[in-house]
Amino acid sequence: MPPVTTTATAGTAALADATASDAALRRYLHGLPGVDAVGLEARAATLGTRSIKTTSKAYAIDLAISMIDLTTLEGADTAGKVRSLCAKGAHPDPTDRETPSVAAICVYPDMAGIAAEAVRGTGIKVASVATAFPAGRAALPVKLADTRDAVAAGADEVDMVIDRGAFLSGHYLQVFEEIRAVKEACAREKGEDARLKVIFETGELSTYDNIRRVSWLAMMAGADFIKTSTGKVAVNATPANTLLLMEAVRDYRAATGTQIGVKPAGGIRTSKDAIKYLVMVNETLGEDWLSGRWFRFGASSLLNDLLMQRQKLRTGRYSGPDYVTVD
Amino acid sequence: MAFDYAPAPESRSVVDIAPSYGLFIDGEFREAADGKVFKTVSPANEEVLSEVADAGEADVDAAVRAARRAFASWSALPGAERGKYLFRIARILQERSRELAVLETLDNGKPIRETRDADLPLVAAHFFYHAGWADKLSHAGYGPAPQPLGVAGQIIPWNFPLLMLAWKIAPALATGNTVVLKPAETTPLSALFFADVCRQAGLPRGVVNILTGHGAAGAALVAHPDVNKVAFTGSTAVGKQIARTVAGTDKKLTLELGGKGANIVFDDAPIDQAVEGIVNGIFFNQGQVCCAGSRLLVQESIQDELLDSLKRRLGTLRIGDPLDKNTDIGAINSAEQLARITALAETGEAEGATRWSPECELPGSGYWFAPTLFTGVSQAHTVARDEIFGPVLSVLTFRTPDEAVAKANNTPYGLSAGIWTEKGSRILAMANRLRAGVVWANTFNKFDPTSPFGGYKESGFGREGGRHGLEAYLDV
Amino acid sequence: MSESAAKKKSAGTSGPGGTGKPGKSGKTGRPGKTAVKSADSAGRSGAAAVAGAEQGASGGAPRLSVLKTYKLFVGGKFPRSESGRVYEVTDSKGGWLANAPLSSRKDARDAVSAARKAFGGWSGATAYNRGQVLYRVAEMLEGRREQFAAEVADAEGRTPAAAAAQVDAAIDRWVWYAGWSDKVAQIAGSANPVAGPYFNLSTPEPTGVVAVLAPQESSLLGLVSVVAPAIATGNTVVVVTSERSPLPALSLAEVLATSDVPGGVVNVLSGRAAELGPPLASHQDVNAIDLAGAQGELAVELEIAAADNLKRVRRPAPVDWTADPGTDRMLGFLETKTVWHPTGALGAAGSAY
Repeated sequence: MPPVTTTATAGTAALADATASDAALRRYLHGLPGVDAVGLEARAATLGTRSIKTTSKAYAIDLAISMIDLTTLEGADTAGKVRSLCAKGAHPDPTDRETPSVAAICVYPDMAGIAAEAVRGTGIKVASVATAFPAGRAALPVKLADTRDAVAAGADEVDMVIDRGAFLSGHYLQVFEEIRAVKEACAREKGEDARLKVIFETGELSTYDNIRRVSWLAMMAGADFIKTSTGKVAVNATPANTLLLMEAVRDYRAATGTQIGVKPAGGIRTSKDAIKYLVMVNETLGEDWLSGRWFRFGASSLLNDLLMQRQKLRTGRYSGPDYVTVD
Repeated sequence: MAFDYAPAPESRSVVDIAPSYGLFIDGEFREAADGKVFKTVSPANEEVLSEVADAGEADVDAAVRAARRAFASWSALPGAERGKYLFRIARILQERSRELAVLETLDNGKPIRETRDADLPLVAAHFFYHAGWADKLSHAGYGPAPQPLGVAGQIIPWNFPLLMLAWKIAPALATGNTVVLKPAETTPLSALFFADVCRQAGLPRGVVNILTGHGAAGAALVAHPDVNKVAFTGSTAVGKQIARTVAGTDKKLTLELGGKGANIVFDDAPIDQAVEGIVNGIFFNQGQVCCAGSRLLVQESIQDELLDSLKRRLGTLRIGDPLDKNTDIGAINSAEQLARITALAETGEAEGATRWSPECELPGSGYWFAPTLFTGVSQAHTVARDEIFGPVLSVLTFRTPDEAVAKANNTPYGLSAGIWTEKGSRILAMANRLRAGVVWANTFNKFDPTSPFGGYKESGFGREGGRHGLEAYLDV
Repeated sequence: MSESAAKKKSAGTSGPGGTGKPGKSGKTGRPGKTAVKSADSAGRSGAAAVAGAEQGASGGAPRLSVLKTYKLFVGGKFPRSESGRVYEVTDSKGGWLANAPLSSRKDARDAVSAARKAFGGWSGATAYNRGQVLYRVAEMLEGRREQFAAEVADAEGRTPAAAAAQVDAAIDRWVWYAGWSDKVAQIAGSANPVAGPYFNLSTPEPTGVVAVLAPQESSLLGLVSVVAPAIATGNTVVVVTSERSPLPALSLAEVLATSDVPGGVVNVLSGRAAELGPPLASHQDVNAIDLAGAQGELAVELEIAAADNLKRVRRPAPVDWTADPGTDRMLGFLETKTVWHPTGALGAAGSAY
């Protein structure tokens, strides 16, 4: 990590210098500490051995539910599908109204308006993917139009994808400026700006060094959240790459005073997995990140497993798929 | 509400500790000849776990005689058959690993996370590895038909009771020797349970003999005229005494002794992994590890940043009930060891080093010591020279690689060293120049039965593990 | 007057080994086996009388031969003993051969310093380089074969043919170890297949400064057989020569000095094993000791002293120096260093998924 400065402004100023040119940005990102893959994976695995039982398990399950971006990103999505997902998000377990609602409903931009309508009054956010999700292979004006469209439709949050091609070919400033432009497109004249989640597609960036670099690049460009993946490629969120994102936001806050959220997405399907991520948040970032405002799970099937575990804790019996809803 | 972890204790019911144990001689448990016994306690709460026989000279003699009787037929067994006994032992150890992990945690005070994930898997692996050597010794590079030495007298410490037993017994048996082993007086139980593993494996009587007892029993074992091989792991002071005792005899000697390992962090290190390596290097097993990275040598240019990260990380260490599956730091093994650590830490303060520990609550009973950092340490400080054998890290700085090497080597010890840098050529150059038997680059405290372990200089001589470790038990 | 000359009066012609207090060494001319007693004008009557009486005079108008001043070899230089002492060296029949320096504890200390100073460079040299240097020693020794044959014959009372055979074997021994320097890591090292994502390699490294008490009965071949294996792998050596027959070893130092062996890699001390052994065995900057030339109680005493800093000790044992030397003397003064490094995956999509 870069030196922890005593004042956040000094850190911010240094970062401003780093983005003055492509060369400066490259030097800055390549000056970040390297990542030893084995050590990183070992640390993530060790955190995964924590034993979370009884009261702490109940706490973790409810917390995890409240952090879910309940997602449907299918070509076959319809208004009906989106509405039923919103209903489920608001009251995940019809047998227990105490069950917390999810953090957000995550949909394609053309469904953002429908979702916004459906969640009104529930406190649930609407997140919309944008920028030619998931490939990101479109011209910048198209991506910006995509973003503005989602924001105009009522999205509280925008999940953009970066241009992995540009990143891998070393055009860091291009990636940086694209994120900046999308961030601007998230602005609202009235009301809160949409929060920007930047998806890296870590599985395509391949190396941990790249993931650390892209994390810093995105945070410097104005990301409110950094997110591992789209869920649409072979390798999505893993404990190791999510831990790496957590280390980046931890160090970024130390350097600048600005807190950034983290969202692992794709492949997190069980309560056991989700709790492992929460342990990682707890021991890497601490309490400040232990809420839906700062940590999210991008998931579709995770919720039902959490609900079954929740029922087990409540009743002492193991639950089954027929006792949670299919939406 | 914060994310507090509810207690998650491993069940004690998997292990059944008898109220008393005898010595394991010639395949049977028996009382000490003079009837003496001593108690073994759980260092986490001072609960008496059991009462074990206190071996005296007569018992040592009986055990050596049993081992000598067993030697003829054991060494004459075809290697393949000897190997099969060891394979059996390895498998039984795997089957009983939960029981033994809990037992070890109770008797030693180390966290169940470590006995479960480190000690026991390595114990079984050691037997499995050496089992395979038993019928392949002619390929080991020690001649066409290397011969065993005879009776091996082995003395092991309390920090890894069962693992050190495995390091000693597995190669000794694989090469055709018979064994008299004395575990440390504060951790006798797992060796006695191992005797039961030998019984289940059908190991011929007298091949393995276990003598619980104190230093006098160890001294008698070393001095016994019918012992052909002495293997000792423990303090350098005792190691020197043993070397003097065997002087002028034909006894073969290997010693695995103390250390003051330097963990060297360069400014281009993978910092997050380095922090984990530093923590693992000095707080694994409460720092009661001969190869601990007890001196942190950090490049001056990243000192502040690294220490901030390290302190933040230490704040997340969980100290307490060793049986709790979420405990990172367990109890110090004995009141005596706690007193030694305490005294050395006080010396560090008195000599002007800056002491720091994270906020942590220590249990009311038992032997506990908070993870501790000393900064502002120079090579002249006692805490930079003496082996503390506890959770105490001394932080020193360097400016250049040459200075790092000079400081790292500036110790009578030479067991371990760590290097953290992303620059490959620097790793190789540093590894070349460090006078230490084990060099961990971008990792720390890793062990494997295939990997020779042992020290330079006053950290002892001989290697344990790998092809090299066989030599200690062969007449070569 | 030299010490052994003085002692001889009471101990007959049994050679050195006495414990008498040394006298002042002569600084001027010295008699040799072909020298006439009267030619030694400077006096020194004790030694001269013995030597002269036994060796007799040459006839005619003899050319007076030039005798060699035997000196120590420390740090690549040829000093006298700092003590100023010498002792008389005789042939197997008691005839005077020369005065050898009677090294002191301080000479031993200086030799250890020189050996330590040389260790970094020598152990850091490439194995190929060390092999060439050792081979060069063989070449130089071959060139002085006749001289060494004569010295060994005198020292050990062998026939000329038997002495020549010893020299030949010594030359061949250098060649044997010269060839080993760049192979020892391949037979003593290993790549270890650990159960995890780590590269793990064990390599042999020299132990450091090795003190050697050279065999007493084999003045050249025995000494070469214990020194060459130690330095082939990168150790540096302080060797105490055969007490009774130090001259071939002291002459060997001249060979080493002209064979590209860096100063301090081999340091040769003549004198008493009983006097030099204890300071070497207890020296905290000596890493290992070969007790080949120590016997009985002295060997036990030295092994006990060596425990103070846990020197690697090679106990004395009967050896047939003419036999195939094998590798064990070379492997005995090595440390095994094991280095770990993570291997890991090429990308984040590797092992963890």
